[in-house]
Amino acid sequence: MRKNGMFGSQGSGDTSGFGGLAKTQTTIGSTERPFGGYFDQVADDLERAYPLFNDAIEKVVVDRGELTLFIKSNRLLDVAKILRDQLRFEMCVGVNGVHYPEETNRELHAIYSLLSITRNQRIRLEVCVSEKDPHVPSLVEIWAGTNWHERETYDMFGIIFDNHPGLTRILMPDDWSGFPQRKDYPLGGIEIEYKGATVPAPSERRSYS
Amino acid sequence: MTTYTDPYASSQETTEGRVYSVTGGDWDALITEIGATKEERVVLNMGPQHPSTHGVLRLILELEGETVTETRCGIGYLHTGIEKNTEFRNWTQGVTFVTRMDYLSPIFNETAYCLGVEKLLGITNDVPERATVIRVMMMEFNRISSHMVALGTGALELGALSPMIFAFREREKVLDIFEMLSGLRMNMAYIRPGGVAQDLPEGALKKIRETVKDLRHNFKDNEKLLIGNSIWIKRTQGVGYLDLAGCTTLGITGPVLRSTGLAWDLRKAQPYCGYEDYEFDIPTTDTCDVYGRFLIRMKELEQSLRIIEQCVSKLEKLEGQPVMVADKKIAWPSQLSVGADGMGNSLNHIREIMGESMEALIHHFKLVTEGFRVPAGQVYTAIESPRGELGVNLVSDGGTRPYRVHFRDPSFNNLQSTAAMCEGGQISDVVAAVASIDPVMGGVDR
Repeated sequence: MRKNGMFGSQGSGDTSGFGGLAKTQTTIGSTERPFGGYFDQVADDLERAYPLFNDAIEKVVVDRGELTLFIKSNRLLDVAKILRDQLRFEMCVGVNGVHYPEETNRELHAIYSLLSITRNQRIRLEVCVSEKDPHVPSLVEIWAGTNWHERETYDMFGIIFDNHPGLTRILMPDDWSGFPQRKDYPLGGIEIEYKGATVPAPSERRSYS
Repeated sequence: MTTYTDPYASSQETTEGRVYSVTGGDWDALITEIGATKEERVVLNMGPQHPSTHGVLRLILELEGETVTETRCGIGYLHTGIEKNTEFRNWTQGVTFVTRMDYLSPIFNETAYCLGVEKLLGITNDVPERATVIRVMMMEFNRISSHMVALGTGALELGALSPMIFAFREREKVLDIFEMLSGLRMNMAYIRPGGVAQDLPEGALKKIRETVKDLRHNFKDNEKLLIGNSIWIKRTQGVGYLDLAGCTTLGITGPVLRSTGLAWDLRKAQPYCGYEDYEFDIPTTDTCDVYGRFLIRMKELEQSLRIIEQCVSKLEKLEGQPVMVADKKIAWPSQLSVGADGMGNSLNHIREIMGESMEALIHHFKLVTEGFRVPAGQVYTAIESPRGELGVNLVSDGGTRPYRVHFRDPSFNNLQSTAAMCEGGQISDVVAAVASIDPVMGGVDR
């Protein structure tokens, strides 16, 4: 990805000279061993406990002192079960979605933050699915607390968590259409009507870079 | 007896059975009517506008007489789309948004967010010590004000009115401190990426010392009212039971988790902001009930005061040190200060930017309007808010605006335990159990 300018603005009549700067940004790739810290231990333990480890893990990313395991969605349930039962990750503190429209067939990411109280460690799981087939197995049977987090991720991103006990919208009204946190969904996505007057969506009023 | 008809109270027949709307003045009529039916099972809709559901929380209770057989929460009534909004503003402006999520602990929202931005920028170790100590002090004051609301409204909902008066009296003192330090009582946007918005005003430490003394003395009022109070104990002991296994599977943190006897507090377990340098204890109880959580909150007040006192003595030694990172690509290059008349910028500042350093003005303008760039990546930072683990998941694509901001709010997660705490209990215990979770709907719905 190529970024122009120091601050990221374009076509603003920039006179500071900073607009002329250009630099290339690289996306974060896979990390090779050693991962550093307790991450090697976690990876070793997981490899030992789960023979299909190399098949299940798409890539491992260590960035800014955090470990992210990219898991294939069909292996997620197995990996989660082993992480809970054998590696003592007792808590899944939350599920979060991110939409990357430019990553073809991997547009939607579901991100799970795991916490082990016993080991006092944190890791993150990431599952990538396509917009066309956004199915991820639900982890409610492993960690009951993911129930609402998965509903929120469904509500905001449209990721369908299979076998979830009641996958309905949680923050938006039940009859809402569209998934508000996707990048193609504008801010203020519905027209605001006030006594017959209409207001353009905030994203169309003014450009900020 | 005079009878009157309430225009909003009525009943109607639906496919699911008869539905009654109750407004409060029509109990006699309702009891007569319900008493005439043979149906034992009643589905009660409580809220979202109800004085004892802690904000716009909707509880759907299935009752057999007075016993609750099923509980469901309806949330989303306060959804404001803050996470989406932050994607359309620069990283610094994000602070102004996130402070409004959990409106009873704004400083925690800001700090968690700023720690995340700093981690993305790689400047975690460059934040000046004075700024970090101020952050810790503000957080602990905020913990007190938040616990005061939890205790005050919690007691109020169970029918004890006086504790609320005392709790809000003390909270007011804390809000005065916030006003003195940041200019605002709530939603301060005081913590900024790289440090804090401004240094302490003159005489702040003296005022803080006096307030700490007052608070320590006045907390005794509520302790005398509630600890050991037999009515309070009857309403709270053994109510809202949730053990450790339930907490871990539901991801519950904060006072609810500590009421199971596990001393899990991120300030000790995974220290941030230099919490490892402070002396304080983690109060726990092993009763797993509402009374235990109440006791924990009471004891945490004293621990917060202890931390604040240590902050004050640290701040005395750090007098005159910066409160913002030195990097002028992140911190505003010009030194803003309010003019002598209390309005606008100080004359010195205007003289400097207009006369001496036009470059600084240009730079400042770019930084304020467009913001700084944050290297691409993803981070998760978690801090111990008054309600438990407040986590922030930030994604940057390398631009001047966040690519994704997600808050893992403890209220949102902990509210899931309502069913586990309430089912099988009495309907009046639902109120006590929900109050002990201390959910703040601004944080739940974001």
